[in-house]
Amino acid sequence: MHFDKLFGSLDGFLSYTTGGLVFGAIYALVALGYTMVYGVLQLINFAHSEVFMFGTFAVAWVFVLLHGTDGVTWSLGKALPILLAALIAAMVVSGLVALLLERVAYRPLLKKNAPKLIALISAIGASFALSEAMGLRDHFASWFGLDDNLADYVSPGGARDVYSNPVTIEPTPLFSIGGYQVTDVDLVVVIAAILMMVALDQFVRRTRFGRGIRAVAQDPESASLMGVNSQRVIQGTFLIGGLMAGAAATLYMMKIGSTRQNAGFILGVKAFTAAVMGGIGNLRGALLGGLVLGVMENWGSAVFGAQWKDVVAFVLLVLVLLLRPSGLLGEALGKARA
Amino acid sequence: MNVATNAGLAWNRALDRFARMPFIARFALLFLGVLLVYSLPLLRPPVITTTGTDFGGVLFLCAAFALVALGLNIVIGYAGLLDLGYVGFYAVGAYAIGVLTSEHWHWPFFLILPFSVAITMVTGVILGAPTLRVRGDYLAIVTLGFGEIIRITVKNVEWLGASSGIKDIPHPPTIGSAPTPPFDEGGLFAIPHLKWDGIVPSIDHEHTTAFLAFGAKDAIPFYWLLLTVLILVILGDRLVKASRVGRAWEATREDEDAAELMGVNTFKYKLMAFALGAAIGGLAGSFLASSQSGFISPDSFLLIYSMMFVSAVILGGAGNRWGVIVGAVLIEYLPERFRSVSDYRYLLFGIALMTLAIWRPQGLLPSGRSRRVQEVEAEIEALEEGEIEEESNA
Repeated sequence: MHFDKLFGSLDGFLSYTTGGLVFGAIYALVALGYTMVYGVLQLINFAHSEVFMFGTFAVAWVFVLLHGTDGVTWSLGKALPILLAALIAAMVVSGLVALLLERVAYRPLLKKNAPKLIALISAIGASFALSEAMGLRDHFASWFGLDDNLADYVSPGGARDVYSNPVTIEPTPLFSIGGYQVTDVDLVVVIAAILMMVALDQFVRRTRFGRGIRAVAQDPESASLMGVNSQRVIQGTFLIGGLMAGAAATLYMMKIGSTRQNAGFILGVKAFTAAVMGGIGNLRGALLGGLVLGVMENWGSAVFGAQWKDVVAFVLLVLVLLLRPSGLLGEALGKARA
Repeated sequence: MNVATNAGLAWNRALDRFARMPFIARFALLFLGVLLVYSLPLLRPPVITTTGTDFGGVLFLCAAFALVALGLNIVIGYAGLLDLGYVGFYAVGAYAIGVLTSEHWHWPFFLILPFSVAITMVTGVILGAPTLRVRGDYLAIVTLGFGEIIRITVKNVEWLGASSGIKDIPHPPTIGSAPTPPFDEGGLFAIPHLKWDGIVPSIDHEHTTAFLAFGAKDAIPFYWLLLTVLILVILGDRLVKASRVGRAWEATREDEDAAELMGVNTFKYKLMAFALGAAIGGLAGSFLASSQSGFISPDSFLLIYSMMFVSAVILGGAGNRWGVIVGAVLIEYLPERFRSVSDYRYLLFGIALMTLAIWRPQGLLPSGRSRRVQEVEAEIEALEEGEIEEESNA
């Protein structure tokens, strides 16, 4: 154990905290998708991690499309125009995948009024299928004789290999807090995540559609009696979750720079953990849970070593749930005050 | 959709017909079925036999998977607790055998087996005691976390072999003469396999299985051993399900508060389900560790297996022991059978999982209780629809 690494100096402490906040912000954005769907339908959308994964690929592909495949290192400012295009593309792709997921894996089950657990199985199946479809994209391309044209969009070693963004974004230090250099990338990730959270929170609380979401979350039958189109609300919920996952994917690619067909899995588990920790079904809880999880696991990896990072995250989750069985904020989507 | 629904109904009718048969007929059918299952690796029937991988090995894994599913069925199907980290218990059982018979001590397999099961049971209690106070959906993620904690721990602790795992775990003792490589396989006697030319069978004297010789060469004796264990566990499962404990589980699953009011100590029974489920998972893990290859590593216990186990239970029909066995066998067997389309098999597997879930949300072989509930619901719905029509007519 190396408590000195974390608490030995203020610099170390701040650098681990900031690093954790950046990851926590990404967790929080992905967690939104879990928390929204859970809040409305009370089911764990296991395939949401794949929605995120498709977003990361969309980001890398936009860079390949607009820049080419030669690897370069750009500052954030130089990459910004492509990054914005990538953000839009990722949000569109993730949103579409989420809608597809709702249509194919959930709607038939909801119609049949099936038990909740079976929806989890359907989601696991969808998760397998989506992740494998991404891992087999070279095969699909060759079916249509497009291998040569699409070779740039497949990793050199095959579709299952790590796929890197050709443009590496070099973080520029902006200012320092207690000796730790805060970079522009860190700042953008955290601020973007918080802004999107606030926007979504306001959307759910203040707009007509948001009121529909809350009504369906509270009592689907009464809501539909009151004229809420619950199917559209469910679709909208999936779409919003997908859009947020696309945004998270862009931030992730800014920070990490590479992805692969199973990149979503562990991140999805973490994001779901964050959602549960904050109180599942609670949007503000997802933000808090994500940030707390990111920071705590970074502290944990400083003290116990990086290989114990995930253990710290899960032990923390267990402790939180034992002390506060409904999560940190523990307020469901349906009960949120208008 | 209509064809699928009709197939589902026909299947339900076949189940009913079997349930109505006289006891003798049912027993005879069951006996024949068991005999067939035992001799399956020797018969090597065409179509079913896997071509890409050793059929005996696949059957062994199917049996192991079925055992795990039976254990998880107690937790999910009987007690209604969603456990997404069940692979953790599988790992504990396997590592208990690995450490006690190979890595640090060298005790004989069958002496250690009860210890291994006891260790997993204790692990189940240790994990269950704090977490079972957590509500249903939260329990899922907490158990998922525990499954990962166990895997990461064995991966990082040098004493447990770290990421290279434990190898050379001894097999169960051979009965009969000991094998002397390369030609004498040992065992009591050799049984020839069948080989098929189209649909014409003939006896294949070149491929034989030495009866009860547990060596690295042939997976079939391991399969027989595990199948026997599986049958014993099924018998035990019957007794428990029909007992006071089984009824307490059912009451807790259906309505925890009502069960508590009726004087059922729900926490105690949930913990019992967790411990018993863990013990069976550990049992399966123990046999996995001492199987043909005698090798385990943290990668044998990835989180994704937990998902597969849960899928097996839910798809087969939670609460019905035959259903979960069918589910487990399908989930283990299908990807192996279709290795010829190796690249696509997990894609197809995912699509199959989705399709099956949508086609039969209640599971392939739903428990009798959930079928009755479903029939009553359908009846009520039909009545309601009928009333509405009458009103609109009037």
